[in-house]
Amino acid sequence: MDKVLEFLLPPAKSTIAGQVDGLFIFILAVSAVLLVGISFAIIYFSWKYKRRSEQDTTPVITHNTKLEVAWSVIPLILVMIVFGWGFTGYMNMRTVPTDAYEIRVVGKSWLWEFHYENGTVSVNELHVPANRPVNLVMSSNDVIHSFYIPDYRVKRDVLPNRYSNVWFEAMETGESVIFCTEYCGRAHSNMIATVTAHSESDFENWLATANVIDESLSPVELGKELIAKNGCNACHSVDGSRMVGPSYKGSWMAERELEDGSVVTVDANYLRESILEPNAKIGAGYDPVMPSYQGLLSDREIDAIIEYIKTID
Amino acid sequence: MGMWIFLVTEILFFGGLFAAYIVYRAWYPDLYVQASTQLDTFWGAVNTAVLIGSSLTVAMAIRSAQLNQIKGLIINLYITIGLAFTFMVIKYFEYVHKFEKGIFPGQYYTYEGIAHEKANIFFSIYYMMTGLHGLHVIIGIGLMIWLLVKAKKGAFSAEYYTPVEITGLYWHLVDVIWIFLFPLLYLID
Amino acid sequence: MSHMETSALKRLQVQRFKPEENPEIHYLNSERGLWSWLSTVDHKRIGLMYLASIAIFFFIGGVLALVLRTELLSPAQSFLDADVYNQVFTLHGAIMIFFFLVPSVPAALGNFILPIQLGAKDVAFPRLNLASFYIYTIGTVFTLVAIITGAVDTGWTFYTPYSTETGTNVLLMTLGIFILGFSSILTGVNFIVTIHKMRAPGMTWSKLPLNVWSLYATSIIQVLATPVLAITLLLLVMERALGIGIFDPALGGDPVLFQHFFWFYSHPAVYIMIVPGFGVISEVISTFSRKHIFGYWAIALSSLAIAFIGFLVWGHHMFTAGQSSLASMVFSFLTFLVGIPTGIKIFNWLATMYKGSIDLKAPMLYAMVFLFLFTIGGFTGIMLGALSVDIHLHDTYFVVAHFHYVMMGGMVMALLAGLHYWWPKMFGKMYSEVYARISCALIFIGFNLAFLPQFVMGAQGMPRRYFNYIDQFQPFHQLSTMGAYIMGVGFVIMFFYLLHSLVRGEKAASNPWGSRALEWQTTSPAAPHNFEHTPVVIHGPYDYHKPMSEFQLGIAHGHHGESHQPETLETVAETGTRP
Repeated sequence: MDKVLEFLLPPAKSTIAGQVDGLFIFILAVSAVLLVGISFAIIYFSWKYKRRSEQDTTPVITHNTKLEVAWSVIPLILVMIVFGWGFTGYMNMRTVPTDAYEIRVVGKSWLWEFHYENGTVSVNELHVPANRPVNLVMSSNDVIHSFYIPDYRVKRDVLPNRYSNVWFEAMETGESVIFCTEYCGRAHSNMIATVTAHSESDFENWLATANVIDESLSPVELGKELIAKNGCNACHSVDGSRMVGPSYKGSWMAERELEDGSVVTVDANYLRESILEPNAKIGAGYDPVMPSYQGLLSDREIDAIIEYIKTID
Repeated sequence: MGMWIFLVTEILFFGGLFAAYIVYRAWYPDLYVQASTQLDTFWGAVNTAVLIGSSLTVAMAIRSAQLNQIKGLIINLYITIGLAFTFMVIKYFEYVHKFEKGIFPGQYYTYEGIAHEKANIFFSIYYMMTGLHGLHVIIGIGLMIWLLVKAKKGAFSAEYYTPVEITGLYWHLVDVIWIFLFPLLYLID
Repeated sequence: MSHMETSALKRLQVQRFKPEENPEIHYLNSERGLWSWLSTVDHKRIGLMYLASIAIFFFIGGVLALVLRTELLSPAQSFLDADVYNQVFTLHGAIMIFFFLVPSVPAALGNFILPIQLGAKDVAFPRLNLASFYIYTIGTVFTLVAIITGAVDTGWTFYTPYSTETGTNVLLMTLGIFILGFSSILTGVNFIVTIHKMRAPGMTWSKLPLNVWSLYATSIIQVLATPVLAITLLLLVMERALGIGIFDPALGGDPVLFQHFFWFYSHPAVYIMIVPGFGVISEVISTFSRKHIFGYWAIALSSLAIAFIGFLVWGHHMFTAGQSSLASMVFSFLTFLVGIPTGIKIFNWLATMYKGSIDLKAPMLYAMVFLFLFTIGGFTGIMLGALSVDIHLHDTYFVVAHFHYVMMGGMVMALLAGLHYWWPKMFGKMYSEVYARISCALIFIGFNLAFLPQFVMGAQGMPRRYFNYIDQFQPFHQLSTMGAYIMGVGFVIMFFYLLHSLVRGEKAASNPWGSRALEWQTTSPAAPHNFEHTPVVIHGPYDYHKPMSEFQLGIAHGHHGESHQPETLETVAETGTRP
């Protein structure tokens, strides 16, 4: 049974996951039993009552009240059980515990931003304390996205005109994947993030140091780390292949044609502008879809990124 | 019977717009009251009388057909068409008056006179509802011109006037929809 | 011989009209030439034209599916780029739903068979019927133009704000579907009036074939729901063209409102797609078990119940979208209720097979496949209706698998059952049973291989509409793609043996299956005006215990009560309606 669960469902890492899985297995089991019964009836009847000759006669059975009532009432009872069970689970999911730790989430095509109470911001990496309720207050900057953590069994659409929220309590430390699960355009399948649940002390540690630049890194190493951590690789490659945005490879000091026909040199000013005001200059053949990193990257971090891009040729 | 079922579909078609109206009114009630002052209640009332009159004349047209009074049928059709045209002319002037003020649908809205940042929504709904209604009036005019042509050729009599009857039914629905639109859009201020 | 009815009785002199075998003249050759087809008002020819159109669209939609599945063989990009992929899945959905499924049984099979099953000469408004077909065709042309000039990448659901902002051809495509909606509405109007007003003498509501009941329920849904789709699409068009702002948050609108409007139509739409299939299954199972249908009124009324409750459950597509918990609760509750009438049907069909005389011909095989696959689809619907579980499963491959099981495993199998069942009546030819079985087996195996893994993937968290995916899902995608290709082969084989039957098939008898229903009491292919006489009905279509001769009674055209035939019967029938 556990093997079946393991195969069918992701590991149950949140307090609500067990309840969801329980109902899932119940419905699966009841459905399986009924399906086997129905399939057996189909096969058995078609064998046992196979036509013997064209002169066959069949009994005129137009109804059987007892049977019909039984197979109306019993399924009704079963679905009402399922309804009640699902509803209670759902109400638990929607009732946020009063002491929940709040994190702001912004969905932007095509990355996730997480803002913490102390001002820390992370991109595409959600860090949470384990064994504590966490409430995510979410909004979108553009189209509708949906925030989904399979391991925690939570999902909620992220809307552009109001806040939505989802809460969970992670039961163990570790990493899980976050998907965007409402189609949002070209790079919908690349809008992936990770959630890392930490022990309380590790979490405090992370929170304190997350936006602090590691002084031991050289600018190029720092730049490389920032590119990875801020969702840039969802749209820009380092190997020359064309993705949503132009590749970094060979871009430093190259001549780039813009969509209005003019030509610019990809220098430090251009790169900085592209990070802070990405739609100011659009490369020919590309779309104005890059989100701005204004407020997310400090000047020093932007410098580091530029240094790194210089080395990709 | 077929026409009755078709009319039900028309009710559902407009129903969607009424639903949108209700939703936005629930969210922005004061906007509706304010914006409605921009609509000319007098001419809206005149139009209402015009349409009700045209429903009367179309009913009289059907009656004429039933009694084999083809002349009466033709005259009543003419009057109905005339009244329908009057409705459209008044509507035209209403729209032009709004365009002069900058009250356009959707993103083209430029009027400053209403202190509400969502003012364009009321007018978008106004234009969609009255516009769609107006389109149905024009279609009705077309149908009645067709009836007129056929009536003059002698196609109708007391034994056969079904097209007149079903067009009449359509026209009554167009009228009924206006009777809902008028108070909901014009009379809430 | 005599059959007492409880209301408006009238004595009729009837004769027996045994249908001619292999008639010289029938509806296919009574008029010749392309123009006779393009300007026809014969419901049978119109039905065939629809059939050809939906077959073409099924093929196009199927090819698009294979393109998608081939790209999904590997987790990263293989031969499509993301934009094209997004357009392909959008088109696959829109074509399959609007141009294939919605018109399939009602317009193609329904148009052909409904009047014959009622004993009428045609539908109530034959010219409107032809107009419906042309409106459908114009709608498809708009859409094809939209595809060629820039395609659409919003998903068939067109959610705002993405659909108001994206640069692709949303306007043309939504206009195409808007136009097509009118075809659906007018067909619905036509069928409702036909069923009310054009039944043969003696055919009371209690003697209607269940196929007619389900077409009736479907037509009601079509008539009520499609206008709401029309206004939704119109609002979307206005939003894009004029920036109206009903759905756009930047202009003060609400994108979730679009979802409410959209699903208010689209949920009843899925019942438009499946309820006609239920009707076909009732006919096929009863005929091939040669037994009276079990629970006639339960099946008839359950279609109406599904039609009614089906209008109240649209919010179950929006449990994560931001509607209130109360709304979600109500929708979940009603969703479970709508499943009960469907379950009742499945049990009734099984009970019909019990102690029947079962002949496993192709239509029956497809009906049995339907029972199995649709049951799986139905149970997974229960899974999705459960609020807490749906939160995990919404927008994953679990949903994709669910709807393919009900729409393809359900509706398409029912369509194939109906197609194989009425093929002799349509074309006067029989197809090869051997090849039909091979096709059926390939389709069954391919289908399960294609979609069962998707349930598992979805439960494991694989989101839908994903162009790339994480490695753990690859084995499932590969199995799924294999299954899709196997199914494709099954359909290709079907195309060829059906085509072969037209050219070289064995000629069909008027009633090759021994059914008691009225459509089998006329020639194969059907006569130009369906019957050479006015049929008079004294038994229901499932009364297998009555002799065949009692289903072939009628009044000769132009004669009232006179006859020169030795075998004259006098019967009493309700004549509330006359054709």
